[in-house]
Amino acid sequence: MAKTILTVDDSGSLRQMVTFSLKAAGYDVVQAVDGQDGLNKAKEKTVDLVLTDQNMPIMDGLTLIANLRSLASYQKIPILMLTTESSDEMKAKGKAAGANGWLVKPFDPKRLIEVVQKVIGA
Amino acid sequence: MTVDMSQFYEVFFDEAEELLAEAERLLLGIDVADPDIEQLNAIFRAAHSIKGGAATFGFMDMAEITHVLENLLDKIRKQEMALTNEHVDAFLAAKDVIKMQLDGHRHATEVNAEQVGDVSMMLKSLSEGKDAAIPADPLLEQFKPEPEAFKVAEQKPVIELTDADKSKGLKLYDVGLPEVTERDLSNLKDELALLGEIAVYQRQNNAFALMVKTDSSADDIISICSFILDPDALVIHEVGASDAAPAVTASPETSQAAAPVGDDPGYGFFDDDPIIAAIEPVENLAEAKAAQAPTAPVSGDKVKVAEEMGYGLFGKDGQEKQEEGYGFFAPFKPHPDAPKAQMIGDETPVTAAALASAPTAVIAPANAADDRRTQPRREADKAAPQSAESSSIRVGIEKVDQLINLVGELVITQAMIEQRVNALEPVENEALINSVSQLTRNTRDLQESVMSIRMMPMDFVFSRFPRMVRDLAGKLGKKVEFVTIGAATELDKSLIERIVDPLTHLVRNSVDHGIEKPEVRRSVGKAESGTLTLSASHKGGSIVIEVTDDGGGLNRERILAKAAANGLPVNESMTDSEVFNLIFAPGFSTAEVVTDVSGRGVGMDVVKRNITAMGGNVDIRSALGYGTTISISLPLTLAILDGMSVSLGKSVYVVPLNLIVETLQPRAEDLKTVTGEGLMVHVRGEYLPIIALHALFNHPTEITSPTDGVLLILEADGKKSALFVDRLVGQQQVVIKSLETNFKRIPGVSGATIMGDGSVALILDVPAITQMGQTTNYVTGGLAFANQNYSTLDKHINA
Repeated sequence: MAKTILTVDDSGSLRQMVTFSLKAAGYDVVQAVDGQDGLNKAKEKTVDLVLTDQNMPIMDGLTLIANLRSLASYQKIPILMLTTESSDEMKAKGKAAGANGWLVKPFDPKRLIEVVQKVIGA
Repeated sequence: MTVDMSQFYEVFFDEAEELLAEAERLLLGIDVADPDIEQLNAIFRAAHSIKGGAATFGFMDMAEITHVLENLLDKIRKQEMALTNEHVDAFLAAKDVIKMQLDGHRHATEVNAEQVGDVSMMLKSLSEGKDAAIPADPLLEQFKPEPEAFKVAEQKPVIELTDADKSKGLKLYDVGLPEVTERDLSNLKDELALLGEIAVYQRQNNAFALMVKTDSSADDIISICSFILDPDALVIHEVGASDAAPAVTASPETSQAAAPVGDDPGYGFFDDDPIIAAIEPVENLAEAKAAQAPTAPVSGDKVKVAEEMGYGLFGKDGQEKQEEGYGFFAPFKPHPDAPKAQMIGDETPVTAAALASAPTAVIAPANAADDRRTQPRREADKAAPQSAESSSIRVGIEKVDQLINLVGELVITQAMIEQRVNALEPVENEALINSVSQLTRNTRDLQESVMSIRMMPMDFVFSRFPRMVRDLAGKLGKKVEFVTIGAATELDKSLIERIVDPLTHLVRNSVDHGIEKPEVRRSVGKAESGTLTLSASHKGGSIVIEVTDDGGGLNRERILAKAAANGLPVNESMTDSEVFNLIFAPGFSTAEVVTDVSGRGVGMDVVKRNITAMGGNVDIRSALGYGTTISISLPLTLAILDGMSVSLGKSVYVVPLNLIVETLQPRAEDLKTVTGEGLMVHVRGEYLPIIALHALFNHPTEITSPTDGVLLILEADGKKSALFVDRLVGQQQVVIKSLETNFKRIPGVSGATIMGDGSVALILDVPAITQMGQTTNYVTGGLAFANQNYSTLDKHINA
């Protein structure tokens, strides 16, 4: 069964690009437009991987990650940050919040798939 | 897997346009003295999102300017810098420029590079905070942007080792640096410059690297560097040396690593993390570890980071990208000391400060970036496959119009069928009748859906004015507060487009000639800041758009004098309304601009003509010293109306259903004649004036007493009245056909429709009728004329 990935980003174009690329690589994708939406969607269905933006309205990525990690069902689910900020400070924050890794924006779809496959397999 | 990015371009363009519009709206609403942090954050986010998208989709010019913009916004939202009007102006100018670039990519329109440069310079100079309370942090130097600063540097600088050089014993070394501070880099450059020609560039992973052309050995370079950096962190190899020759590295155990320093793939995992490790197949992990190995000679800092954070560096990935020319996806790795994120800016080989210290050695590696820039989206014009997630499609307006016309015809045909069917014996034809009533519902739903395609919120028009008002007020030295009401009111797209010009004219006039200068306003006891209100609302069957200012108002005497001077027929007994309407006269508008009044006349005849051409009406209300309201009412041409058909004599009229409160047949004791008011009807404690439609329209009928007919209790403009007609015929949706287009405007009638039997019925203009009913002289020549020419009218409408 295809693995499901939750992508959280307030930018529709980015989200579409991610979704399209992931679907083309054979994953199922759930989209969310901000952290809160992402949290709700994540609760609805436990996904196999979460990709989240950091800078979003309503709830930012770090808060989302922290919230997800407080859920029993998300203790073992990999979470990656998709962010334009890749400072060590941001990485440290991401790690502290419970992220498993990061991917710097802008990225190209190939790289995204590469990273995703490394994390959850094809 | 390859993904054609161009398929996302349209989505990105739409999104960016929305974000720009949103940013502009927020900017215009911001209180400069006390900005709302949430608003600043929202504006910042807009810039941030545009930048991210632009960079992802390869629109580097947009990414550049949004990057500068974002930087400045970031400083302001972090309150490192106080917001000033200058900032807001610059942001607005930036918005215009970005929009221009966007259009350039999208529609291949021209982009004024000079303007882009100007705005960029403006933002940069503001970013340096010359008049803001920001400490002169030397690190800020790093952000002093250079035009090149925003080009993606993926090419090594062009220091060539010529044969002549070789014969002189010169060698070219490539020195990969660990993460260094700006100051260290600068010092290093100065030191190395003593050895020979050098150039600094930045690798794809944003790490700095140097090219050195010298006759010294690699060891010399290492020893010089060791004053400043940990020599073990350096990776030096000789360029142009034969492949067999081993790269010279500082640390022997990493000697096989000729790969450029840490081509950070732009992602990583915290590998003390059980989740990743658990999930990742063992082979993959091993492979990953193996891939990591060649990149071991990363900088001292980096190694440390890698140890702490446990992220993998997949050098081969980065290299691959470089070869394939995907360099614009270069990951961003800001300087560790940098106060904030720099994405593209960090690609610069050197900062301005560094430039100054080593002016000759730096070669901006910009060519590749330039090439990519010209590649933009021509391909995307070849109908890119629409992503399944696309939430909108683009359809030519003529297709929609055709659809609407067809549905209009369908509604009429359907009404005809319904009428025929209703005449049939109900029991025998039950199945048919049921099917037809189903068809009726379906038709109505279809019609509603189709009509809604063309409807657009007035916001589409209103949103362009805050900016215009602001700019204009600034230019004229006036203070104007701009308010919009009813921006969600929907209007047909064709009308929306045609109302823009007249409305622009009216708004400009109001700011220019209506609202006074602050000192004038103060002297007459008004608030310094004038208010300009733009409102839209539904009134009866029309949409009313009003432009209201609280300025000086129109001066009756001056208009009269001016009109007389222009040879217009005037006299002192004209009503104010008639006098004000003179400014729409063509003769009036030719006048040169004279203060406060006559300026209003310029082009007003054109405004009037445009609106009349749309079947609309313009009206002016004004009070000297208090302001002016110009009211445009547009009929709902093309629109659909839920109507109640009523009979009067042999004719049928349609009354908009939404204005009917109730219908009743009055008892004789409820009718009262009140002096000066005429006949009234007593309905639940209220006395409402009775308007006899037959008398108003001078229409022959047998029923002349309200007790024999029906009263429709109407509510319009907050006033109730009772319309007296013969009979109720039925409730139905009607397609409005404009009388103005097909015939002429008639007081009391807002349009016409074709009934199920093919006959024409007039749609009553309830507010007008209410008003007409209250004046004694309500029988108009126009209507009498209309009645006489009913057959002509019929022919016109059916044509």
